[in-house]
Amino acid sequence: MILVEDKDIVVPGEILAEGEYYAGRGTFKDDSKICSALVGLVAIRDDKISVLPLQSKYIPKRGDVVIGKITEVRFSMWNVDINSPYSGILPASDVFGREKRDMNKAFNVGDILFMRVVDVDEVKKVKLGLKGRGLGKFRGGILVEITPTKVPRLIGKKGSMINMIKDHTKCEVVVGQNGLVWVKGKPEMERVVEKVIKTIETEAHTSGLTDRIRVMLNQLLDIEEDVNKEEEEDYKEELIQ
Amino acid sequence: MQPIVPEITRISVTNLINKGERTDGRSLDQYREISVETGVIKKAEGSARVKIGNTQIMIGIKPQIGEPFPDTPNVGVFMTNSELVPMAAPNFEPGPPDERSVELSRVTDRGIREGKIIDLEKLAIIPGKKVWMIFIDMHILDYDGNLMDAAALGAMAALMDTKIPTATVEDDEVVIDHENMQPLPLNDKTVMTTMAKIGNELVVDPSLEEEGIMGARISIGVRSDGAICSMQKGGERPFKKEEILKAIDLAQEKTNELFKYIP
Repeated sequence: MILVEDKDIVVPGEILAEGEYYAGRGTFKDDSKICSALVGLVAIRDDKISVLPLQSKYIPKRGDVVIGKITEVRFSMWNVDINSPYSGILPASDVFGREKRDMNKAFNVGDILFMRVVDVDEVKKVKLGLKGRGLGKFRGGILVEITPTKVPRLIGKKGSMINMIKDHTKCEVVVGQNGLVWVKGKPEMERVVEKVIKTIETEAHTSGLTDRIRVMLNQLLDIEEDVNKEEEEDYKEELIQ
Repeated sequence: MQPIVPEITRISVTNLINKGERTDGRSLDQYREISVETGVIKKAEGSARVKIGNTQIMIGIKPQIGEPFPDTPNVGVFMTNSELVPMAAPNFEPGPPDERSVELSRVTDRGIREGKIIDLEKLAIIPGKKVWMIFIDMHILDYDGNLMDAAALGAMAALMDTKIPTATVEDDEVVIDHENMQPLPLNDKTVMTTMAKIGNELVVDPSLEEEGIMGARISIGVRSDGAICSMQKGGERPFKKEEILKAIDLAQEKTNELFKYIP
């Protein structure tokens, strides 16, 4: 017997179903009852019930691409903050090969890098690597932070959401699986993208989001254009004076 | 330990401020949303909870009878303490007060003391022997930048909310009458405005992100008659003379706004 519907919001301890169902992630079994362990949304796939958390911390997984911040330069590696309870390491050998070079000149504290999680061992030591297309250090742009469970929503089905944002604002947008997003474009466009991303984060659990975001983007961009026009007019007036 | 701010964030925020804008859409001299509630703790004689944006401080005031200091036998005593509660920020640790906590309580104390806000002479009960001691305890519940202004505003709101029991002298003994509470004797009001120097600009009410990248900060405490009663400079970069004069003008203007929250 199932007591909830798909995409219902549940709280910890809430009974989701009884009897012939499988307990998925974010749930636990109490005798024959399946209960939620988190605050989140119910997801029902066939007879498996799981709960997707509304908020979460990033748990590193092999193969993920993440955005990280260098926190320390050590003798043969960098310590990297990947917005997670576990910090990552980037070995120097992965960047330089066999060559020996000055570590500080390559990456220094405060640099933002786009990396791949190469390995996560049993004590959650996270090894990162830079081998792959588009990986490396970011120059310029801004960083936006969202909760990692909302990342799939920001990307959308086959990238529909993220591509729409890119097309509308002509910004480069890179999303890390750990909830950090890097945006680069015209400064005013960067702010528009930041605003849109924050909206997606707060409204991720509602349906019809892509359409609403499209409307929001159009509105924001119209306003932006008006402002530009006004500025131009002001500028012309100044010239006349 | 200061958290590390990403280099690109530092650059983008500085560029934005040099253009006269801020990441949260405020103008350079604009405060975040402020709220002041008083009387939030029933067990304290005076209390206040202040929010500036997401920064939140709880302040409690407790009076106690004690002996005055030998060099000032005829006046009351007050002490200010602050506690950076670990839940407020990842880099607040439990244990003895650290530098930031000491600075915060001393700056708040200075504003109240040098502004002669509390009428300490009225707090003497038996001169030289028994006086009221007022303890101002500040608990930082949530840290999102600019603790100084929140602490000064909250301490003032809590002091104005404070009611102390009437104390009378009978046969050289102090008798406390808890039935008849009276307001704490105050002379004036004071609040504080903090400005951070980022790039070449001064920004009022720096957020946590802005505090991470600022070169220097200056906090100016102003009394309601416009007199400056405290000042504190922080950060490693210097201020020019003109910048300090500009900061004083800004502080005089902004404190007028802050006084509206504690009528």
